[in-house]
Amino acid sequence: MASLVGSRVERKEDTRFLQGKGRYTADINIANQTYAVFVRSPHARAKIKSVDTSKALKSSGVVGVLTGKEIAEDKIGGLIAGWAIRSEDGSEMKVPANPPLAKDVANFVGEPIAVVFAETLDEAKEGAEKVKVDYKVLKAVVDPADAMKSDAIHDGVDKNLCYDWLLGDRKAVDEAFAKADKIIKVDLINNRLVPNAMEPRACVVDYNTASEEITLYTTSQNPHLSRLVMSAFGNVAPENKLRVVAPDVGGGFGSKINVYNEEIVCSWASKKIERPIKWVAERTESFLTDTHGRDHVTHAELAVTNDGKFLGFKNETIANLGAYARVFGTVTPTYLFGPCATGVYVIPAAYSNVKAVYTNTAPVDAYRGAGRPEATYTIERLVEKAAMELGMDKTEIRMKNFPTQFPFKQTLVHTVDSGDYVAGLEKAKQMADYAGFEARRKKSEANGKLRGIGVSSYFEACGIAPSAAVMSLGCGVGLWESAEVRFNPTGQISVFTGAHSHGQSHDTTFAQIAADEMGVPIENIDIVHGDTDKGTFGMGTYGSRSLTVGGIAIVNACKKIIAKGKRVAAKMLEVNEDEIEFKDGEFVALKSNKKKTIGEVAFACYLPGQRDEMKSPIPEGDEPGLIESAFYDPPNFSFPAGSHICEVEIDPDTGNVKVEKYTAVDDFGRIVNPMIVEGQVHGGIAQGIGQALHENTQYDETGQLMTASYMDYTMPRADNFPEFNLGFTCTHATSNPLGVKGCGEAGAIASPPTVMNAVIDALGGQEISMPATAEKVWKACKSMKKSNAKAA
Amino acid sequence: MKSFNYHAPKDVKDASKLASSNSAFLAGGMTTIPSMKLGLASYKDVIDIKNIKKLSGIKVSGKTVTIGATTKHVEVATSKDVKKAIPALAKLAGNIGDAQVRNRGTIGGSISNNDPSACYPSACMALNAVIHTNKRKIDAEKFFTGMFETALKGGELVEAVEFQIPEKADYQKHPNPASRYAIIGVFVAKHKKDVNVAVTGAKSCVYIDKDLSKKLSSNFSVSAIEGAEVKSSGMNSDMHASAEYRANLVSLYAKKAVEAC
Repeated sequence: MASLVGSRVERKEDTRFLQGKGRYTADINIANQTYAVFVRSPHARAKIKSVDTSKALKSSGVVGVLTGKEIAEDKIGGLIAGWAIRSEDGSEMKVPANPPLAKDVANFVGEPIAVVFAETLDEAKEGAEKVKVDYKVLKAVVDPADAMKSDAIHDGVDKNLCYDWLLGDRKAVDEAFAKADKIIKVDLINNRLVPNAMEPRACVVDYNTASEEITLYTTSQNPHLSRLVMSAFGNVAPENKLRVVAPDVGGGFGSKINVYNEEIVCSWASKKIERPIKWVAERTESFLTDTHGRDHVTHAELAVTNDGKFLGFKNETIANLGAYARVFGTVTPTYLFGPCATGVYVIPAAYSNVKAVYTNTAPVDAYRGAGRPEATYTIERLVEKAAMELGMDKTEIRMKNFPTQFPFKQTLVHTVDSGDYVAGLEKAKQMADYAGFEARRKKSEANGKLRGIGVSSYFEACGIAPSAAVMSLGCGVGLWESAEVRFNPTGQISVFTGAHSHGQSHDTTFAQIAADEMGVPIENIDIVHGDTDKGTFGMGTYGSRSLTVGGIAIVNACKKIIAKGKRVAAKMLEVNEDEIEFKDGEFVALKSNKKKTIGEVAFACYLPGQRDEMKSPIPEGDEPGLIESAFYDPPNFSFPAGSHICEVEIDPDTGNVKVEKYTAVDDFGRIVNPMIVEGQVHGGIAQGIGQALHENTQYDETGQLMTASYMDYTMPRADNFPEFNLGFTCTHATSNPLGVKGCGEAGAIASPPTVMNAVIDALGGQEISMPATAEKVWKACKSMKKSNAKAA
Repeated sequence: MKSFNYHAPKDVKDASKLASSNSAFLAGGMTTIPSMKLGLASYKDVIDIKNIKKLSGIKVSGKTVTIGATTKHVEVATSKDVKKAIPALAKLAGNIGDAQVRNRGTIGGSISNNDPSACYPSACMALNAVIHTNKRKIDAEKFFTGMFETALKGGELVEAVEFQIPEKADYQKHPNPASRYAIIGVFVAKHKKDVNVAVTGAKSCVYIDKDLSKKLSSNFSVSAIEGAEVKSSGMNSDMHASAEYRANLVSLYAKKAVEAC
């Protein structure tokens, strides 16, 4: 039987997603539901003097109005930071309380203050307009670079500093720098991004007054985790009385990891008002309150020798957490960033120092890549600048510092099991016609245009596991994954996974894996996820972990099915278990060549009794049925890597940057479905080019989000991209039985520095910050003309 | 959205009668409906004029192209007559917004709204358009009076726009990367006697750049405006483009337009 893993199986999801047949949270309606509208702070920082709900309560159709006062009285817990990070001096991080409805202070524009429930959405909106909040507006802290010098916005958080974290050895770095021929320095801003999932957040809550069970339908990447947090920290309901369902979810990119205010409030309130509640975010609410991404201010240095060897690396970063610390908010700029900032290079000494600060802006959390795009941007800008200053070829300097032996013990934390960085970059050079670039540059120049080429080599630590490691680094949970494989008596299979698909195509790829493992047609397999009432507990999907952790859990559960199947088949075929071989869906008695298909074995497992001629096929000590589960905790992170090359052409008259060519060569280990992987890479590159050239989140000095709609926030569009040129190298991961590494975030990690290196190359080395918008580039071109004129 | 009374009159007279200080005419609804949904505008009466047959259609006579107020952008963009008579106008219409907007949005709606970064007002100015309303005829230069302001009075409704067919014309725009509205747009039209350079997006309201128009009137070539300074004073400055950048773009796109003529 041909292997399905590795083939371009068409997506099972296409029927529902391409024909408008998906079932998203906003599609769900419960009889007698009320509609929720939140009253949100219009100020970035303000004392809440009073909240008057009397007029709203009298407004037509209003069923109830609740505020921070009631939620505090009911002792409903707030939002949480999932990772405890310690400062260099050993002190614990400072985390302010983050109540679901602000009672005393509002700390960012859009923070919920009160909620109105009404019979219709329009009545709820009208009611919300009648809630009168008396604010005392305070001076907002907006710029992360100034946060430590500004007023403390949270009681007990001196200098607005959550932690001052260090990884690495400052002394060793100083010694390395003392030996250097040259120190390369960069000052970088990793621009804040709004994740902009296509589907805005939403929740529908159904409270059963008899069983006291709350069912929460929500836009979540991790329904089990949401239930855990809402139960253990939110005190909303015990876990057995809380069912969380994340049905079809239209994109997350990290922004749907958190349990948000609205889910906690609506779940709590549905019990209070004894009515179902529906809330769907408007796009502006998404802009204001979805967790944002990135937002680092970095100074970094690379110590090099004249012949281009790297000796040491320093990274001093201020990370903006926004108003509150959220689930992955504190780990993203530390353990997901710091260790990766030395990139794919052998650098004998390194440190990353990160100061995480609070500001009166939307909370910042994981966003596709989470820390690793920031890390890659830091090192890859340095490396490219080093090549420029040393007059070396930008690929040569990289090759010179790549590790060639694997496992590779990277400077700060990770031991990379496998890879071949030289092969990846060589292949990228070839595919991009790197050698032919100068001719293309000349041609552009003849047309009055500036052409630049940029390279970036990256690695990604993904999977975010094993649990022992992540818990020792401060994670509040273990990051294993679970799976359960259920054979029905008639042979179809439900595979339950704790991972969650919100665009990753798990229905197809996980079914490919299970079909191969058990030798059954893919049509017989359904992947079930997203419902805490179905299947085992799971940790959800983020950090490119679904396949490398969740996929292996499925493999392991399948192996248990086969193991039991062998015992049953042996009994059915009246041979010893070790005389049975399982192949292509059949249990074969080696000597007699008698066979039982896995379907026959499954059927037999459900018939444990004896009747007439038929004897029970269940061996002694075994139980009836054919259901197995597995919890998989990997031995290490997985480490996809690759090299991307981009060519841009700049029109100096307008500053427009056109991405002319984009080549990506990635090593994702074994690839389950090349078509789906290509889609993931395309999406990641698009988001990375968005960060580099287009996406322009801006708060003004009072903390108002200036880019809170698509009129002002530039989302990249199809016409901003060339056809991407994708290639793959493949070194199998040694840390898991499939040899897989994960692919979801790579595009977004590698592409911002690749594009920016190309832009800066075209600008003759002139530094420019992201996003490299037309006006910024135009100004840079003007100053280039001036300096060229001077030089002449 | 607040509730309102919806009317769909069959003729202009009825539409006009329904109008009040608390009403809006609705054509394509590309601005009116989002404004209502966002709570930025609310009306007691919304008067949908799409059913008034005489307001839609394209007529070309010897010297003019007349486009009915509810004619959609897509109709102008794909009209063989417009493409033949004033190709620049078809090109302009074909680059407004996206396909959805072009399938709904209308010329009458665009000019009545007079968004400072809308494309059509520049065509009206450069092509010496006459705006026909249910009450009178208004020259384009007197029609666009300020940011989102026009000479239209209460109950007055644009019926059609009559463009003068130029010898040559072209429209060039630098789109806002987010909204794809014009950061600036320049419409250059060479008529028999003179040249008009109309600019949208740069200031609070569309205008004729008199200096560029004059220079091109005496010598219609790129060299005539090479080095001509476009002043940034009075130009919009916002997070998408500074006044200085806009001034640079006006000068640049005027040249591009002349080149394309």
